[in-house]
Amino acid sequence: MNAISIALYGFEVVAGLSALGILFVKNVFHAALLLIVCLLALAGIFVLHNAEFIAVTQILIYAGGVLVLIIFGVMLTTRVSGKPLVVKNQYVFSTSVIALLLATVLIVLFSEQHFYQPLSSPQISSHHSINQIGVSLMSDYAIAFEVSGILLLAALLGAAVTASSLNATRNKH
Amino acid sequence: MEHTLLLSILLFTVGLMTIIIKRNAIMVLIGIELMLNAANLNLIFFNRNNPALLSGQFFSLFVIVVAVCEASVGLAIVLRVYTYYQTSVPNEVSELKD
Repeated sequence: MNAISIALYGFEVVAGLSALGILFVKNVFHAALLLIVCLLALAGIFVLHNAEFIAVTQILIYAGGVLVLIIFGVMLTTRVSGKPLVVKNQYVFSTSVIALLLATVLIVLFSEQHFYQPLSSPQISSHHSINQIGVSLMSDYAIAFEVSGILLLAALLGAAVTASSLNATRNKH
Repeated sequence: MEHTLLLSILLFTVGLMTIIIKRNAIMVLIGIELMLNAANLNLIFFNRNNPALLSGQFFSLFVIVVAVCEASVGLAIVLRVYTYYQTSVPNEVSELKD
């Protein structure tokens, strides 16, 4: 058991515990902060699986962009300013049963010996993938790259129009 | 059984439970992010089967882009619904017309 395996276990424990914490906290703002912890730990796991570019993208986009959006959403939907946004639970028992069944099915499926090739223990490879990612994004994956750019543009424009056309419609009536 | 796969099963299950149990639209979005990240973790993990090809990493990159689109549009809709109905509980919003 080398140092990389120990770091991998540490990141996985942090990610799992913060994900479970999201399920048990009542305050939505605390849930958003726990989601940041979970996503940063997942970025660490990505680095240890030789996906440095994905890890940096995860930190920049999730911890920098999506979480700011979610925290803005939490702050803009509190009914009384100054009081935390508290959330109630529903269907707890039936959902727990369904989730346990789903987890059992997935564990049995992943335990199949022929489901995937057994892998060597994680190690930092000297192979740098960033160069290859840049070249492939502009050659093999060029169409997917451009289409995802158009999708992002359309989604952000739609989000801005949806969230900001409120005063215009209110004045019209 | 790899422990990374166990973590991704945990993340997916917790995300599903968050979506159904919590009575708030923003918690539903947080649960969706958790489930997408479980899928990303699997893609990165199975990319180690064929590290020269990097197809799993490309797939997870596009998953991240789609997740950002979903989060921004979803939060815009949540804000709009909140200003109209003064609530962000998905069950209480059941009609679309004025």
